[in-house]
Amino acid sequence: MAWTRQILRVNLTEGTCIAEPLNMDWANQYLGQRGLATRYLVDEIDPKCDALGPDNKLIMATGPLTGTMASTGGRYSVITKSPLTGGVACSNSGGFFGAELKSAGWDMIIFEGSSPRPVYLNIENESASLEDASEIWGKSCWETDEVLHAKHQDPQMRVACVGRSAEAGCLFSAIVNDLHRAAGRSGVGTVMASKNLKAVSVRGTLGVGNIKDPARFMESIAAGKKVLAENAVTGEGLPALGTQVLMNVINEVGAMPTRNMQEVQFEGAHKISGEAMLEPRASDGKPNLTRNGGCFACTISCGRISTVDREHFSVKEKPQYWGNSGGLEYEAAWALGSDTGVDDLDALTYVNFICNEDGMDPITFGATVAAAMELFEAGVITTANTGGVELKFGSAEALCWAVEQSAVSEGFGADLNLGSRRLCEKYGRPEMSMTVKGQEFPAYDPRGIQGMGLAYATSNRGACHLRGYTVSSEILGVPEKTDPLATEGKAGLVKAFQDATAAVDSAGLCIFTTFAWSLDDISPQIDSACDGDWSPERLVEVGERIWQLERDFNMKAGLTGADDTLPDRLLKDAAKSGPAKGKVCELGSMLPEYYQLRGWTTDGTLTAETRSKFGLPA
Amino acid sequence: MQKSLNIDPGKCTGCLQCEMACSLENEGVFNTSKSRIKVFTFHEEGKFVPYTCTQCDEAWCMHACPVDAIVVNAVTGSKDVISDLCVGCKVCTIACPFGTVNYNADSGKVVKCDLCGGDPQCVSACPTNAITYVDANATGLDKMRQWAEKTDNTVGG
Repeated sequence: MAWTRQILRVNLTEGTCIAEPLNMDWANQYLGQRGLATRYLVDEIDPKCDALGPDNKLIMATGPLTGTMASTGGRYSVITKSPLTGGVACSNSGGFFGAELKSAGWDMIIFEGSSPRPVYLNIENESASLEDASEIWGKSCWETDEVLHAKHQDPQMRVACVGRSAEAGCLFSAIVNDLHRAAGRSGVGTVMASKNLKAVSVRGTLGVGNIKDPARFMESIAAGKKVLAENAVTGEGLPALGTQVLMNVINEVGAMPTRNMQEVQFEGAHKISGEAMLEPRASDGKPNLTRNGGCFACTISCGRISTVDREHFSVKEKPQYWGNSGGLEYEAAWALGSDTGVDDLDALTYVNFICNEDGMDPITFGATVAAAMELFEAGVITTANTGGVELKFGSAEALCWAVEQSAVSEGFGADLNLGSRRLCEKYGRPEMSMTVKGQEFPAYDPRGIQGMGLAYATSNRGACHLRGYTVSSEILGVPEKTDPLATEGKAGLVKAFQDATAAVDSAGLCIFTTFAWSLDDISPQIDSACDGDWSPERLVEVGERIWQLERDFNMKAGLTGADDTLPDRLLKDAAKSGPAKGKVCELGSMLPEYYQLRGWTTDGTLTAETRSKFGLPA
Repeated sequence: MQKSLNIDPGKCTGCLQCEMACSLENEGVFNTSKSRIKVFTFHEEGKFVPYTCTQCDEAWCMHACPVDAIVVNAVTGSKDVISDLCVGCKVCTIACPFGTVNYNADSGKVVKCDLCGGDPQCVSACPTNAITYVDANATGLDKMRQWAEKTDNTVGG
């Protein structure tokens, strides 16, 4: 129970929408959302297919707790083959769209084929249809949202869509839902646009029931909420400062990647931090942050609702950006700020707005601009490439120009939209791309937080902080403190985080709960809602099965153990300042043990024994 | 002591826990579309506002009902819809100046907040105390306290 047991299969080539029962054997092995959708993807596509061709499929999947009152139970993920990495993509989003989809009676939607003309999918409970999208094709996510709400005359409808960047083939385009929440990474929006699918609008009024043991479920989720409320991170830090609570903390420990990861501390961090977002500005006396906001069912509410200073050069002549919208999260503030050397809070907020408006992943976008800035400062790119713009580290003007170019893929924007790996390869300096498997790093330098180096190198979707967030242990001491500069024991730590995260994602919950919740807190919530045994031990097993399945897909897609590495800059160039001064990331001392713990050969391939242990498909 | 719902929009984060608690209590499912309390998001302004029936003393809905299907709950003071009597004419939905009485097409009856019989579930579900259930004669007490706190009582202040 808790699943709706119904999935919607949309064949875009044929223009059909057909309901089919959920495969409950797979649900029992993979739980839901990330895990379960990956199982469908593995079954249905050739791992070697062209990610942007009709043979790729795109799955929007909820979890069993999506749409329930469990705190943060509103999440969905988009699972497909990534055009950025060539491996599996799985991008998780909050907001309200996922819960609405579940409330309309669907566990997931599988999109297959490619539409001959631009369409959007409209869902009203059991009724689903493909509609002509000529009116919204060529429009931003924000305009698309507005047009669809007006057209359907339903203010309570939820929309997930792609912007102009995706239509133009930007390789790191997101799917944006509820205006400023996104399935952000790995180019899932690019895949959606390649299928001529502009948007999904959904209205669900059926609700979510089918809870196995309602009384125990309500008790479990109440206990869970209490734990979140009483925890310093989830009860105080995140509501007050958002994920931006980390900016000054990470900078102090010397793990703040700066100027395309050339340095590990940013002198301007305090100007773009969560604390800075609370400071009244000179022009109107208002702070950047208006208030915090929650996603569906979330009792943490780390979301930022912000404005840009109307006097700031980026919006002075553009009143359409004077209102509130989604403000800076830590990863965006880092990528757009520290990594480009820009310490202008209003500029970062504006650029973040544009990333939401036209659907670009702000991490990859910011890191790609950072790589372009290094190329520019090295004289590889010149003003002849940029149309006269001085693309230098620290230039807020250049950053704002870059996002406007990228949003519509004009001029140098088309180069930026390749992502940093292809951009740096194009200009003959591949070593300047700070990526793993073609995806850019997030905001933790692995020279200062060693475990993250291993987590990045082995992440199934390329460099990513949400696949094994050992920062929790290495910096924040959750569940227990480990030394960020040590490598001993990190292989086991990374594996444990990766497996637990896969299970939490697959339930439909937010990973931020794990600052306070262990699997002992999460297990009763799933177990009381869903048929079957969902003990903490079983969740670890399911999490590991998901990890192995994703890895197996990647190997079949052509990735190898050789891709489990980091750029030379992080392996050979020592950190220049802070507690990690003189350190490189010692990946080589962690990776062999990690392979062993995973049950892989020394070259990173799954052994027959491992495949059989987890019952992986052939 | 009669109590009433007291809503402080400044504390609301828009998470919809209240809507789910309401629908669970009244419909047996998590279904925000069936909630008697609604949270409105004003995106540009950056605010969230929960809104529901204020249980008017001279309730327009009650006076408008032609079949006397809306009655005063003597214990809580809420104006309750007697479903068995309601004929679904919707006159009360027109009479209510605030829009907080609504028709449910599935049941053919109107629905409105009844304070869950004195234990409003939205209140216990709200994680930020944006919705509280307080002495009906002193709903302004919190606001008064906040202003009082700002009073400068230092000598010569």
